[in-house]
Amino acid sequence: MEPAPSVEVENLRRTFKVPVRSGGLRASLRALVHRQFRQVVAVKGATFRLEPGEVVGFLGPNGAGKTTTLKMLSGLLHPDSGRASVLGFEPKRRPRELLRRIGLVTGNRTSLAWDLPALDSYLMLRALYEIPKPDFENRRDRFIETLDLGELVTKPVRNLSLGERMKVELVGALLHAPAVLFLDEPTLGLDVSMQRRLRRFISDYNTEFGATVLLTSHYMADVEALCKRVMVIHRGRIHHDGELSGLVARFATHKTITVTGQLPESLEAYGQVAERTGDRVTLKVAPSEAGAVAARLLADLSITDLTIEDPPIEDVIVAVFTGAEEAT
Amino acid sequence: MIGRYYLAQARQGLLHDLQYRTAAAFSLFGFLLEPVIYLAVWRSVAIARGGAVAGYSLDQLTAYYVVWSLVRAMNLALTPYTWEWRIQSGRLNDLLSRPIHPFHHDFAFFAGQKIVWITLWLPFAVVLWFTFRPSIEVTPLRVGAFAVAIWLAFTIRHMFQFLEGAVNFWTTRTSALFQLMVGVELLLSGRLVPLALMPGWVERLAGWLHFKWTFQYPIEALIGKLDDGAILTGLATQLLWIGVFAVAIRLVWGRAIRRYTAVGG
Repeated sequence: MEPAPSVEVENLRRTFKVPVRSGGLRASLRALVHRQFRQVVAVKGATFRLEPGEVVGFLGPNGAGKTTTLKMLSGLLHPDSGRASVLGFEPKRRPRELLRRIGLVTGNRTSLAWDLPALDSYLMLRALYEIPKPDFENRRDRFIETLDLGELVTKPVRNLSLGERMKVELVGALLHAPAVLFLDEPTLGLDVSMQRRLRRFISDYNTEFGATVLLTSHYMADVEALCKRVMVIHRGRIHHDGELSGLVARFATHKTITVTGQLPESLEAYGQVAERTGDRVTLKVAPSEAGAVAARLLADLSITDLTIEDPPIEDVIVAVFTGAEEAT
Repeated sequence: MIGRYYLAQARQGLLHDLQYRTAAAFSLFGFLLEPVIYLAVWRSVAIARGGAVAGYSLDQLTAYYVVWSLVRAMNLALTPYTWEWRIQSGRLNDLLSRPIHPFHHDFAFFAGQKIVWITLWLPFAVVLWFTFRPSIEVTPLRVGAFAVAIWLAFTIRHMFQFLEGAVNFWTTRTSALFQLMVGVELLLSGRLVPLALMPGWVERLAGWLHFKWTFQYPIEALIGKLDDGAILTGLATQLLWIGVFAVAIRLVWGRAIRRYTAVGG
């Protein structure tokens, strides 16, 4: 029998009523007697499911509807219509059993007591989630060691840098071993090495606890390192849901061929020259022609090295958004 | 589960105030200044009127304001200002992600802080007591009832301010409403003056509202202004208000949470 999905969403929709007015005193006075509102549809009929243990990237530009979706799934927001189920519960009803088994981490907020060391907040979380003492101590100590937190957990949270705070936050969010984890920009504002460490930590957590992870991030390195599957949302609609490699295959407008060797001045006959440095040239070619162009290059020229690559994932995502804009 | 959480969260409140003990002491000093001013004014009035005013002797007035200072520290609760900030900054999202009602989170936190407040209050009370030396008769029933009444008073005030805070789900600016309520509370709770010193209609109106059960009643229960029957009736009335507010919170919260737009974080 097929295991029940961790998350199942069908035609989820959420609209916000936003007050609008022009700038200036006159508009301000007019708004006193006649307030104007605009309906903003943040999520338009999202439908997807996440299987137990999956790590899925949720991509989209600012205001695309990612965070709204995450908030609906974690019970913070009521959807206008549609259906959502997380671990078999309806998030909008906020059942205690669900809230005990999910975790929500966002990159720009703190859930730990600001003025106290994180260790004190961890003890409070232990009581809140009724974590057995051995499990609590084991996880806490292991997480602290893995993230190299050392003495950071003994300082008041307000004294930590953004990156340090993010790490202690993540430990707090995982102490109760949530079966479903919603991560909203977890590496926001972190330096590269800290990002890498956090990714490793999330990956290990997923492996050890079999947790389902839905991750939003603007850093494609996060997505490439953690997610096999991605969903791309734009203006509230999901435009792609599938393997990351499938996203590239579907939306990549070109491949790059980098050749090194004794090369003629003009290579336009093979493709668009994107970059030339010394004896090394990068060409952009249509994905369907990449193989044939590479064969011609090898046959025609004196080449010492040749590589064919997909474009950077960032470029692919831009292509998805551009396509979505044109289709809207 | 909830018992353990209360202990843990109260511990957080205690640790918070121990961390910022100077700030706590200064806040308490500010709160203590208020009754000292009232006390000085009303003692002068009582002395000018031959040693009593509206049925309050000099001793009772002194005792009223000394006990007032403890009741004030005890019934401090989360203000709607914090609700406003939590909603605007997105901090409420975290509280709502937890498998416990936010009411308990704040109630337990403030309860924990009271341990520090009472400790800081004690020397002040001793100084005030020995300065004015009020002679009041304290019985075991009065002390017992007072010990229960100040916690019930805190519960009522916390519940009412929770309801005020919930107004933020409809309009994100409730500071003005809170200011208005502070004014009403000053007049109708016995915080500014014992209600016996107010016009008769104010005293009668106060009898129908909850405010007096958070200030005047616990004080009067201890200082001998109420007979045993009135003390027990007062405790029952406090419980009644808690019941009323519990129902109100249940009704309002269910609707409020549906309106929440979870801005920020």
